[in-house]
Amino acid sequence: MSEVSVLPLPMRELRDFEEKNTLLSWLSSCDHKQLGILYLLTALGFFIIGGCEALFMRIQLAVPSNHFLKPEAYDQLFTLHGTTMIFLVVVPTLLGLSMYLVPLMIGARDVAFPRLNALGYWLLLFGGVFLYTSIFFGNAPDMGWFSYAPLSEKPYSSLPGVDFWALGLFSIGIGTLASGINLIVTVFTMRAPGVTMKRLPLFAWMTMVNSFLIVFALPALNASLAMLLIDRGLHARFFTPDTGGSPILWQHFFWSFGHPEVYIMVLPAFGIISEVVPVFSRQPIFGYGFVAASTVAIALLSFAVWAHHMFAVGLGHAMDIFFAFGSMLIAVPTGIKIFNWVFTMWNGSIRFTTAMKFATAFLVEFTVGGLSGVIFAVVPMDWQLTDTYVIVAHIHYVLFGGTMFAIFAGVYYWWPKMSGRMLSERLGTWHFWTTVLGFNLTFFVQHMLGVAGMTRRVWTYPAMPHWGLLNMISTLGAFLLAGSTVLLFWNMLRSRRHGHIAGPNPWEAWTLEWATSSPPPLYNFAQIPPVHGPRPLWDLHHPDQQDRYLNK
Amino acid sequence: MDVQLLENSAEGLLQKKTLLATLLFVSSEAIFFACLIAAYVYYASSSPAGPNAQKVLDPLKTGFYTACLLSSSLTVFFAERAQRKRKPGLSRWLAATMGLGAIFLYGEMHEYHRLLNENVTISRNLFGSTYYTLTGFHALHVTIGLILLGIMLVISLKKKMFKPQQSALECISYYWHFVDVVWVAVFSVVYLWSTQ
Repeated sequence: MSEVSVLPLPMRELRDFEEKNTLLSWLSSCDHKQLGILYLLTALGFFIIGGCEALFMRIQLAVPSNHFLKPEAYDQLFTLHGTTMIFLVVVPTLLGLSMYLVPLMIGARDVAFPRLNALGYWLLLFGGVFLYTSIFFGNAPDMGWFSYAPLSEKPYSSLPGVDFWALGLFSIGIGTLASGINLIVTVFTMRAPGVTMKRLPLFAWMTMVNSFLIVFALPALNASLAMLLIDRGLHARFFTPDTGGSPILWQHFFWSFGHPEVYIMVLPAFGIISEVVPVFSRQPIFGYGFVAASTVAIALLSFAVWAHHMFAVGLGHAMDIFFAFGSMLIAVPTGIKIFNWVFTMWNGSIRFTTAMKFATAFLVEFTVGGLSGVIFAVVPMDWQLTDTYVIVAHIHYVLFGGTMFAIFAGVYYWWPKMSGRMLSERLGTWHFWTTVLGFNLTFFVQHMLGVAGMTRRVWTYPAMPHWGLLNMISTLGAFLLAGSTVLLFWNMLRSRRHGHIAGPNPWEAWTLEWATSSPPPLYNFAQIPPVHGPRPLWDLHHPDQQDRYLNK
Repeated sequence: MDVQLLENSAEGLLQKKTLLATLLFVSSEAIFFACLIAAYVYYASSSPAGPNAQKVLDPLKTGFYTACLLSSSLTVFFAERAQRKRKPGLSRWLAATMGLGAIFLYGEMHEYHRLLNENVTISRNLFGSTYYTLTGFHALHVTIGLILLGIMLVISLKKKMFKPQQSALECISYYWHFVDVVWVAVFSVVYLWSTQ
């Protein structure tokens, strides 16, 4: 064996995370924890921007016939708000949590491809910054976040806003795709001994399924963006109706990405809830297999329902029935999850920490959003209500009442792990109640506005009966919501200096990320406890009461 | 002996990771091309005015270049086998693959040149838009494949400097087969189906 002379892997010295916490160490980092935090901070920055855009819109709509903003500015604001919140806030937050937590949950040192992870993050940041530079080059995009043709085409949008939008999303899309591939490979190949797929924490399960959605849905966005850019740059004719192109084709392409995207934004949120609810109910998750399997069912169904965004087009009777049925079918696996979470809480000794409060509120708000979703799957209802404020209320109940509430639950739950210090529960309770109140004030009345006939994306409105009052309530709610978010920021800043030291496992949780110090060292684990089931830390601390029915 | 084992297991994990990532990447790319092909089929069946596939494309000539591209799948397989079995011929097979790929690209450029002379451009009509977008993105992928193969060729020629990694060549060959399979679909749809 003479050829065995050199070590195969150059053993470079690992940089010490704590000691060299410099700016350069963050900018050049390939560590999944640092990149996860970078994702979260980036999302936080864009959350502030997107939130301010929303406030400007609500000020404009507070009273009838208002002239606070110009109509052009209003169009740019709702386009940027939608694009920012979806692509630069919700998705990066969920990716950041996944990147930080999945390797810890499966007992790995890092993700499968640390440098690809960095590439994904920087592409995302670049795309976001690029999107916003459009403001300095004439105009921001103003055609709505789904950019319907022919409005997005050159004859109708001659300024470069649409190009900035498309190129920015292209970069974000490729970055997200890289992260999706990375997460799947991490879950499939990097699990510590004993962590089988049947013992995987549900957050990791859902992140993995979610990553498959990313891998198969994002290319449809990239393809449609490529065609749009070729249309605009090279005068091709894909989506211009006057020369035979079909705007409907854009809608098909965009929504065949856009509907899976909805689940890309909600599946990891389901994962957070599936971690938080059992820990604070002091019971293992009810029906682990059903929660995991229903995730797969949602993912598969999500590819076959995109045309329910397009009922107003008039696709024909057969298509309408097919897509209405498919969309209603999604309520089944989603309902299974809701029941599983409720039964996890059933007879548990519930600890209503802030995280648990948000998780409980998630169940209520998300169910409201889900129910209005099922109503939209009924084609005649959709014809009546589409493009009114009911759809605005629906999307915000799903994405704010659903995903953001889950993210808040996740932030309160994992903040001690990431920062080493606890958040204040007293401030958290204030944050929780102001959020619930502000959120419902803002968006519940929008259901009524929509039924009363107010269409979305209008710059202002005449003084119709009740419209002024309902809009004023909505605006006041939005400011309360903004105030509640300030409480969260204050809580975070305060915790950095004055928060109680968390210790490795402040919540007495059971998954592997709590088996190491808070924050974890660069190498994550000095020693990984033996894993015999989905709750390794429970088994470790209660060797005589192991989860018999869980550990197979 | 332990170092050998360590090397094998590290290489084994790397191989597993990169192959899985390549498969995911390639299936994602397949959806991308599926969308472009769908756009082509959608507009071809609505038979736009002006030039179309039946009038301007030459399936026979492109058929020859297609044969070149498809046989390059075979040569890259031989290259990979040579490396796996540690037999000579890696560089030769890589060079042959690159040559066949380059012939295909030359054929594509030749066809573009002829079409542009006949004033069939991307902005002429929907046939032009869909045809150039679809074949253009494919040609871009062939070009990227040639660059990757070129890097492998340089590595294989400078054995003293680099140790060629089995998994790298395997990934590139997966990608190259994928580019070929996409072309089979494009050729069938654009040159065979729509020239009928």
